[in-house]
Amino acid sequence: MIEIDCRGYSCPIPVVKTKKGIEENPGKDLKVILDTQTAVENVKRLGGNSGYDVSVSRDGDDYVLTLKPLK
Amino acid sequence: MNFFSRLMSKKWIILFGLAFGILGALAVNWGNPANMGICVACFLRDISGALGFHRAGIVQYLRPEIMGFTLGGLVAALAFREWRPRGGSSPIIRFVLAVFVMIGALVFLGCPVRMILRLAGGDLNGLTALAGLVFGVLIGIYFLKRGFNLGKAQPMSHTAGAITPAIMVFLLVLAIAAPAFLFQSESGPGSLFMPLALALGIGLFVGFGAQRTRFCSVGAWRDVFMVKDFYLISGVIALFVGALITNYIAGNFGVEGIYHWGFDSQPVAHTDHLWNFLGMALLGLAATQLGGCPLRNLVLAGEGDTDAGVTVLGYIAGAAVAHNFAISASGSGINDWSIAAVIIGLAFCVIIGFTMQKA
Repeated sequence: MIEIDCRGYSCPIPVVKTKKGIEENPGKDLKVILDTQTAVENVKRLGGNSGYDVSVSRDGDDYVLTLKPLK
Repeated sequence: MNFFSRLMSKKWIILFGLAFGILGALAVNWGNPANMGICVACFLRDISGALGFHRAGIVQYLRPEIMGFTLGGLVAALAFREWRPRGGSSPIIRFVLAVFVMIGALVFLGCPVRMILRLAGGDLNGLTALAGLVFGVLIGIYFLKRGFNLGKAQPMSHTAGAITPAIMVFLLVLAIAAPAFLFQSESGPGSLFMPLALALGIGLFVGFGAQRTRFCSVGAWRDVFMVKDFYLISGVIALFVGALITNYIAGNFGVEGIYHWGFDSQPVAHTDHLWNFLGMALLGLAATQLGGCPLRNLVLAGEGDTDAGVTVLGYIAGAAVAHNFAISASGSGINDWSIAAVIIGLAFCVIIGFTMQKA
């Protein structure tokens, strides 16, 4: 799965990188790794607005968001 | 999702925005300068003056609202486990960007929050400023899309993260103790203020709410144009609506009131449209590159973000530069070096925009 690691980046870089990942990989599943709750909220909204189903899981201190395109 | 459910998903930032607007409007009735119930840039400038970093006599006062914003953010971060000391993302660039954010704000005479409150008080110069702010944000978005970023932050010690909140506590102690070495305006905006406890209380409430809702008066415009996201802008619209309605109910637009609709003779404002526009364009661009408006950076500093802490120090330094070097505007218009400073600032931001593109 395409992985976008945004750990360490502050607003709005996680959204910018995820948006670029969505544009360069249309119709594909994406895995976005984040480390703040704010970034999770922002990327979740981006995913939802872009036609993806977004699920969130924890991996230690990090958050892993899985974006699956809605058919 | 239909319109109503989309609105409900934003209910907390809308409620917070309304409360923020109501308080921002009433803060004037309670003692703060007209149309300046809350102005993050002006208040940081007043603090800079109180500490003697500049000697503009009419704008010197340790505004407790500012300390409240960071400490309210700290309380929220601790309560909801979002305290995360971090830093190291090009702090020195952030410091200089912050200087230029302040320069841009002081040429217009307001931060993006005051811009909204000025509009809600009838000051149509806020529209010119808004156009400039959006223009600057659009340039920032161009750089972001090309890959602009200031690099990753690393986790830092709790001690480092605590520095900015500790500075705010120290400033609060100074404000309460009022030692003789502080400067205090005897006339002008610096002499107009709410009772300390009220100012601090409002600051804490706003800081707490802004941390929880992620309120950001520049990010709001960025998100609309960059990703068509309307979450943050709902808070800004609510801020405007809350302040506008409150001003009418409080009689501020009435016959005996302090406000009127128009461009001319507005409180602590000028009508140099070009430099209102370009000053806020500089702010919009620099703040977009910083990742947040001045209020957002004060709140982030409360979360332990030391890059935001350095940004706050940059705002204070920028205010000193603006007043010491005849850059800051006044009700009569711009100053001797306003134009040069804004042009230098825009050039700096453009150079940073093109050169700071790490993967």
